[in-house]
Amino acid sequence: MAANPLGGGSFGEALARHGLQLTREETRVLQVNVGLACDLSCRHCHLEAGPQRVEMMDRDTMDAVIDCARRFRFQSIDLTGGAPELVPDLDRLVRSLAPLTNRLMVRTNLVALNSGEGSALCELYRELGVGLVASLPASNAAQTEAQRGEGVWGRSVEALKRLNSLGYGMPESPLRLDLVSNPSGAFLPPPQQQAEQKFRSDLSRRHGISFNSLYTFANVPLGRFRSFLERSGNLDGYLAQLTDGFNPCSVAGLMCRYQLSVDWRGRLYDCDFHLAQGVWYGGEETHISTLAELPAPGTTIPTADHCFACTVGAGFT
Amino acid sequence: METYYAPKDLGNFAEIGKDAPELAGKFFAYYNEVFAEGELTEREKALIALAVAHTVQCPYCIDAYTRACLEKGSHLGEMTEAVHVATAIRGGASLVHAVQMRKIAEKLSL
Repeated sequence: MAANPLGGGSFGEALARHGLQLTREETRVLQVNVGLACDLSCRHCHLEAGPQRVEMMDRDTMDAVIDCARRFRFQSIDLTGGAPELVPDLDRLVRSLAPLTNRLMVRTNLVALNSGEGSALCELYRELGVGLVASLPASNAAQTEAQRGEGVWGRSVEALKRLNSLGYGMPESPLRLDLVSNPSGAFLPPPQQQAEQKFRSDLSRRHGISFNSLYTFANVPLGRFRSFLERSGNLDGYLAQLTDGFNPCSVAGLMCRYQLSVDWRGRLYDCDFHLAQGVWYGGEETHISTLAELPAPGTTIPTADHCFACTVGAGFT
Repeated sequence: METYYAPKDLGNFAEIGKDAPELAGKFFAYYNEVFAEGELTEREKALIALAVAHTVQCPYCIDAYTRACLEKGSHLGEMTEAVHVATAIRGGASLVHAVQMRKIAEKLSL
């Protein structure tokens, strides 16, 4: 793993300074990255997903994921991408996984829900009670489109309104619609509760849109976002913000302690950022079909410099 | 000294406490209390600070509160409107003194 370009000590050293170790707790979540194909090319994407990417999960790998979910009964299964909606047979994967977990959720860029296939998936999600986690960086067009591309704001609003009409994100409805906001630039996100209040007010007042919860996450300096940081002369300053903002209290709740992440080829990681960097679960390439048991609590999790993005402020949980 | 203002100097603000630590301590304690969430949110206070920063034309403050506004969830439209509020008051303060001008001119003129 590369040395910290800041010279301020690696993530492991930051943990050690606070007498901490990054170790696993009981594994409750399976995150499934079904591929990098996407109809958007967001400027903050750590995976550099986009229309030109062809990596997608095939049926055999889906079967291996389903088999794993049957063997281990995860509390939550989290499907992500790319845009999951673009992956052939996603509906089959969703139908198969839904009865195998307490909570199945699918990440969406919203725009992909506006296609014919996307509309059909919305109906399927509703039928199965699948939770939706939608990316929306801001409650205004300018910042949303700066991150996600021209025309995305209008299409996102359209999708959110349709989801509301299906019952998603509405008061008293069991169909959860959560939003995820990443900053539109080289700055840290606002405190989650304050941002949620503002999104709720703006989206309700201007567009009549409801949602359940908003999650704010710092951008991870990998992929396209790192390229932006380098081009714009913001890299050193942003990395310094991440390391200076290291919050030891955030370590206990980090998602990597509770989840396994699997890519479109069935290979395992501790999180989607390690996936982006090729940092294997267990230190070597492991296919999900060969996973004999879940990681034991106390197992050490490999760290890298990008981990600082998950421990800044309130942290990435 | 090549320039009076260098961006990295902002990070040295705390050094003003070296020769007057008690006063600096009281100032920074007050400063931090002012910007904490109260009847106004931290986001609203940052927007006010940004507008005032433009009125006092402090490059350090503009740098710091542009970032603070973004990090507290404001967007450029809101930030620009806040600066216009400062501009309106500042411009209005000039213009309203034209009342004095008119009054004096009236007294002096036939």
